[in-house]
Amino acid sequence: MSGNPTVFPKDPVWPGEGSSRIPFWAYTRDDLYKQELERFFYSGHWCYVGLEAEIPNPGDFRRTVIGERSVIMVRDTNGAINVVENVCAHRGMRFCRERHGNRKDFFCPYHQWNYSLEGNLQGVPFRRGVKQDGKINGGMPPEFKLEEHGLTKLKVATRGGVVFASFDHDVEPLEEFLGPTILQYFDRVFNGRKLKVLGYRRQRIPGNWKLMQENIKDPYHPGLLHTWFSTFGLWRADNKSQLRMDEHFRHAAMISTRGQGGKNDEVVSGVDSFKDQMKVNDPRLLDIVPEPWWNGPTAVMTTVFPSVIIQQQVNSVSTRHIQPNGHGSFDFVWTHFGFEDDSEEMTQRRLIQANLFGPAGFVSADDGEVIEWSQEGFEQNPAHRTVVEMGGYDIADSEHMVTETLIRGMYAYWRKVMGQ
Amino acid sequence: MKMTIDFQTYFELLNLYSDYAMAVDSAEWEKWPDFFVEDGTYRLQPRENFEQGLPLCLLALESRAMIKDRVYGVKETMYHDPYYQRHIVGTPRVISVEGGRDADTIHSEANYLVVRTKYDGESTVFNSGHYRDVIVRTPDGLRLKSRLCIYDTEMIPNSIIYPI
Ligand code: FES
Ligand SMILES: [Fe+2]
Repeated sequence: MSGNPTVFPKDPVWPGEGSSRIPFWAYTRDDLYKQELERFFYSGHWCYVGLEAEIPNPGDFRRTVIGERSVIMVRDTNGAINVVENVCAHRGMRFCRERHGNRKDFFCPYHQWNYSLEGNLQGVPFRRGVKQDGKINGGMPPEFKLEEHGLTKLKVATRGGVVFASFDHDVEPLEEFLGPTILQYFDRVFNGRKLKVLGYRRQRIPGNWKLMQENIKDPYHPGLLHTWFSTFGLWRADNKSQLRMDEHFRHAAMISTRGQGGKNDEVVSGVDSFKDQMKVNDPRLLDIVPEPWWNGPTAVMTTVFPSVIIQQQVNSVSTRHIQPNGHGSFDFVWTHFGFEDDSEEMTQRRLIQANLFGPAGFVSADDGEVIEWSQEGFEQNPAHRTVVEMGGYDIADSEHMVTETLIRGMYAYWRKVMGQ
Repeated sequence: MKMTIDFQTYFELLNLYSDYAMAVDSAEWEKWPDFFVEDGTYRLQPRENFEQGLPLCLLALESRAMIKDRVYGVKETMYHDPYYQRHIVGTPRVISVEGGRDADTIHSEANYLVVRTKYDGESTVFNSGHYRDVIVRTPDGLRLKSRLCIYDTEMIPNSIIYPI
């Protein structure tokens, strides 16, 4: 044996008691990843599926994903929203291939089994057999019951126009799942106004899905990584801010009020991304108009564990849906929206500020990049660990953003649920 | 209405397409805004939004000034993995012209494919789509009044930094 530490440890154990040092193997192991799907995405949690505004009329549906499981969000003839798994009850194929549309019922092309918009099996071709030469050939066994062979139905909850679903019918009510503190920030955006979908952006990020949750629980980086945030004071260490969590530390809200920007040596000296002389040529990129519903803060970033991020960055609002595919990759789907009472001017403003976000955004493109590079670092030496100790070791709400406490909180919860 | 332009004009149009591709592939980002008139617009939009009539773009740069802001972002503010890109642009198809055979305004479109190569990486298809352009004659030659890039690529491979 040499003194060289192992790079690929067998049966590794979490180093120490707390959650301030996260082993790289938490991001690289397939077995843990499958367990995460089971324990976070497929049970005990509400996952984001979409917005009611995406399916306004009876029969409207949209195909989406929970974890790796394809599901369909559909409005039935009574106006209720159902979510069913996109797997045929016959021989298991993913039958719905369109991404959205309007239908009276669903059917699987393979053997044409037919389902209602509630997911009930309505018809099976040749169920009673086929008559030929005076006798009946084939057919399903007499004890076969349609009622026993519907699509997998998920439990559905909607609030403020947002649709959540869970494969776990024993999951606690959505409001309890979010907890009173996070619910307040959720309701701040989704306060009952009708939403107006502006469009989608999709990217595939080669990194573990938890890195995206971490990124939005990490108020330490925005004023450093993102020039636009540091230079224009949109988000940086001298902004008035709060960090809030639910009682399990799984969800969080980062709340910030824009400062003056410019040169405050305390927070920008030596910061590579800070550009003292930078001005935008077209001021519309930063044409920020405060809205009454903000109630003060200019940005609130809410992470709902495990599946969605709710973004309000000045006039740009979106949901960002995390759709993992393997331990080292996830799809990240942005749905930008506005509100029904937006003026045409406000809609344009939201669309122009959207240039800061998304897979090509002045700000957000950086986040995808650093997540990819983090994953590369983890893969090359799973035995190593991160150091998440800005602001100490504890997990607590905070009145400033010079801390990684929210990430420590998330991993305390992760350890508990994963038994690691 | 049958649209014709003279060959000289079509030749200028071909040059505009190939010069644009050359500029954005050779990392000479400062040249990019010069292909547009001052109130020219550049939009990069997922096909799904375009087809559903949803206005959101990946990038919506509403003036040459804003396109310059993007250049500054690419050069100075966005941390990213450096990469090479290579545009393969199809022959432009003229849809309509205004102002006679030497055309004041041309509506045209062309398919494009962008191949990305990262350091230590293979070359992969990065973005696939088509341009829908409005091109106007200026004293300096043909310029873009608007360029709309509608891309098929469902999943952006992480991020798009450089101009398409
Ligand atoms: S697999 Fe769907 S009907 Fe046979
Ligand atoms: Fe960020």
